[in-house]
Amino acid sequence: MDVIIENLPLYWEGFLRTLFLSAVSGVIALILGTLLAAARVSPVAALRGFSTVYVEILRNTPLTIAFFFAAIVLPRLGVSFAQFEVAAIIALSAYTAAFIAEAVRSGVNSVPVGQAEAARSIGMNFGQVLSLIILPQALRTVIPPLINILIALVKNSSVAGAFFVLELFGYGRQLANANGDAVTTVLLGVAFFYLLLTVPLGILASTVERKVAISR
Amino acid sequence: MSSVLYDVPGPKARRISLIASVAGAVVILGLLAWVIVTLANQGIFEAKRWAIFGRADVWTLIANGLGSTLSAAALAAVIAFPLGLLMCLLRISLVPWIRIPTRIVLEFLRGMPVVLMMLFILLVFATGSFLAVVAALVLYNAAIFSEIIRAGIQSLPKGQREAGLAIGLTSFKSRLLVELPQAVRRMMPSLVAQLVVLLKDTSLGYIVAYGELLRAVQVMADFLGPAYLFPIFFVAAAIYIAINIAVSRVAVWIERRGSQKAAGGIAPPNLKIEAATGGKGPGSTGQAV
Repeated sequence: MDVIIENLPLYWEGFLRTLFLSAVSGVIALILGTLLAAARVSPVAALRGFSTVYVEILRNTPLTIAFFFAAIVLPRLGVSFAQFEVAAIIALSAYTAAFIAEAVRSGVNSVPVGQAEAARSIGMNFGQVLSLIILPQALRTVIPPLINILIALVKNSSVAGAFFVLELFGYGRQLANANGDAVTTVLLGVAFFYLLLTVPLGILASTVERKVAISR
Repeated sequence: MSSVLYDVPGPKARRISLIASVAGAVVILGLLAWVIVTLANQGIFEAKRWAIFGRADVWTLIANGLGSTLSAAALAAVIAFPLGLLMCLLRISLVPWIRIPTRIVLEFLRGMPVVLMMLFILLVFATGSFLAVVAALVLYNAAIFSEIIRAGIQSLPKGQREAGLAIGLTSFKSRLLVELPQAVRRMMPSLVAQLVVLLKDTSLGYIVAYGELLRAVQVMADFLGPAYLFPIFFVAAAIYIAINIAVSRVAVWIERRGSQKAAGGIAPPNLKIEAATGGKGPGSTGQAV
């Protein structure tokens, strides 16, 4: 226990950085993912194709590969970042956006056909149908899966710790190396801080699912 | 292709759409061209950088890395599936003091980053990196398998269990002989999708210095020089993505085949969303993230 109390400031700093990484990547991924989903159902063939290919490739890429690319390969190619956080955010949001796009698309598919038909019959164009009628309903249905994706994002941000970003996992690894005799305690401390984020989000997901979201 | 989201395009809309398509394609191709030119300026496409793939030892190293990746994934999957079934049976047990502790353990395992579990097992139990990778993957994926199968059992019609009990099976036997087999079959697409996640997660072994494909890339780049990093990385990433897409295709194929053979069959499409969300807790199940 002493190890954790002594190093509480480090844990806290790591926790905040994990939170920061997850929040920033989460927001970027939500925006990018929704745009990709919109492109996937749009009338423009080039956008549909691009979105399909992007989602298919990113969903099947191991996250470690995405990180390796952003943090190690890109700098060798002359794209260097002032901080490794930027590389981590790029990898995390590009990866997560693919999953969000799929979730939003399945939400769009779950909206009854009549909604779109009604919107079109009163003369709305594609942009209006999607942004005013379909997406608001679709997003409601997909809130629980989206929260689950965000939980996965929080857990995935731990990979950043292996690519030069000192977040929760990164500090945990440092502390574990420094305190060889108390590895179990150190790592259980790290686990505790992750659960501090993932468990409330999980409870939120199931509450939202039961109360707010409409099920079809 | 027609969609309910927009009217069947008339001549004007078709023209606009065509122009937009061409413009979009030009932008995308332009970006690609920019990337390629940038890479070419770095000398990435010089023949000598790619000539290393003519060397047998490079391929031996790649094959070794791939072998390590696949063997860890295969071993983990083979152990995790029965363990997941067992956890699922414990999780839905009628006895509270079996059900509740199992639930806590499952929530704990699902809320944990896999890489943290790998590091924990590696350092605390002082196993080799292979065992650490496999054990962490087994624990995490067994928990996910268990939740997927539970969602499948919950989706079965109530009559299945009632019929089982009515012909005199005990509650446990009804679960084991009547409900579990149907649930596994129904959730097959989600289970296979989770296999893709498992395969992807073996690459986390890189972080605990397990000699899998990505580690092999790093080792080769360190040995041959940084100039070769990009070609080797490119080939390794392509191998990873190709294997994962192949397994994903199997999942889609099973789903199609299952829905054709309607009898007993596979969960309807909207159930998959429920499986993804129905976990009622941290982590996702059907949603393969």
